[in-house]
Amino acid sequence: MNISRIWATARRVLSQLRHDPRTIALMIVAPIFLMTILKYVYFNQPQTFQRVAGSLLGVFPMLVMFLITSVATLRERTTGTLERLLILPLTKLEFILGYAKAFGIAALIQAIIVSSIAMGPLGLKIAGSQFVFILVAILDALLGMALGLFVSSFAKTEFQAVQFMPAILLPQLLLSGLLVPRASMPRLLEIISNFLPLTYAVDATRKVISGGEGFGQDLFLIAIFLVALLGFGAASLKRKTK
Amino acid sequence: MANSIVVNNLCVKRDGNPIILDLSFEIRKGSIAGILGPSGSGKTTIFRAIVGVQEITSGKITVLGKPAGSKDLRNRIGYLTQSASIYADLTVSENLRYFSKILGTSEISVDEIIDLVDLGKNIKQLASTLSGGERARLALATALLGKPDVIILDEPTVGLDPLLRIELWKVFRLLGEQGKTLLLSSHSMDEADLCDSLVLLREGKILAQGSPAQLKSETGETQMESVFISLVKKP
Ligand SMILES: Nc1ncnc2c1ncn2[C@@H]1O[C@H](COP(=O)(O)OP(=O)(O)O)[C@@H](O)[C@H]1O
Ligand SMILES: [Mg+2]
Repeated sequence: MNISRIWATARRVLSQLRHDPRTIALMIVAPIFLMTILKYVYFNQPQTFQRVAGSLLGVFPMLVMFLITSVATLRERTTGTLERLLILPLTKLEFILGYAKAFGIAALIQAIIVSSIAMGPLGLKIAGSQFVFILVAILDALLGMALGLFVSSFAKTEFQAVQFMPAILLPQLLLSGLLVPRASMPRLLEIISNFLPLTYAVDATRKVISGGEGFGQDLFLIAIFLVALLGFGAASLKRKTK
Repeated sequence: MANSIVVNNLCVKRDGNPIILDLSFEIRKGSIAGILGPSGSGKTTIFRAIVGVQEITSGKITVLGKPAGSKDLRNRIGYLTQSASIYADLTVSENLRYFSKILGTSEISVDEIIDLVDLGKNIKQLASTLSGGERARLALATALLGKPDVIILDEPTVGLDPLLRIELWKVFRLLGEQGKTLLLSSHSMDEADLCDSLVLLREGKILAQGSPAQLKSETGETQMESVFISLVKKP
């Protein structure tokens, strides 16, 4: 593994983002906008705002990175740049770690800005530390990235890639305990939700926000999902085609 | 090792259709070889097999003494794809710097290449805003980075103005003199005379191979265009 090729790939991905200021703006502004709406929707139920907004803060990075990664890697496949790179000395793992590094940095910036605004002007209370919260957000973002990378190998067009969000992420969101506590769901759904990575992303975020303990276990599980999905993602990059 | 590329009995099927049928040819080190054939005859498929991204049905390809697609070949082959594989949302210099980092070449060599393909005034421009010819030259530059020993160029001069074409052929010659092996494709016959050796391809099969002079004397024609036609008509 060659660190300078990983860095070069991360820098290249970040340069591509930098040339697309509208996407950057949407990455930051959209979560703040939604948080603000939530604040006023639940104006008379501040407890509910705490619960829903808090969990959503952990979900945003995941949604955003899922979308960006699935479109970006699909583009690399369809324009031939991925194939071109894999003929060169770049390995699949270096390629993926380059993306992870770039999107990890993007998620860091997003998490710092969005959580600061949520905790400041919007009055969201995070009982745990903001530092841990940001760490959770970055892990969630990487999880979204890994999922996006993985599903992009099943898409032939950008339209299809985008459709994977409602197909893959929304069911996870519904089952994650964000809307209804998981314990009160039918047993079967609860069991299924145990196997979905987003469940642990929401759990961890909620625990950090309420100052609860035990988010370490959630983070550990997220990390396992992350490694497994990145492995699948790497395997889905093919050097040879028919 | 006199030959840089050796293709033996290559067969390729795509989507179940036979595309390349039992093809064999050799390309001498330090020569400029051309694969000529009409669109759809299989030129790109052969190149993809040589660089190792095309699954082949049978046959054997050896590049610089190693099986095609070997790890050792990854910084020794430059490949210009037919439709430019560059990042449209990066500038010219960002594109070149990225590819050079992946290859581990120096900044100086990037500047040399920029001069070579005459993109000096475009370095800060986004690749998506380049003209067709400029984009083709950027793609060519990424294929020449790192001074590869074997350079494979899929239709490198399509859409370029005649003056630039002459300039690029000077570059190709120079690379040949430096001992680099060039394999390029074209569907126009007027570049054939500039190659040291030719493979004439039609529907995945070799019509004829040899130097331009050989092919002309064999068919008794004076123009490459008529050589091709007379070979096609030959029973
Ligand atoms: N991805 C593909 N799947 C199936 N057939 C393909 C594919 N790409 C090209 N072909 C077919 O292979 C044949 C040769 O194509 P190609 O190698 O691109 O020819 P050339 O480069 O000489 O124009 C054509 O008949 C084309 O339709
Ligand atoms: Mg072609």
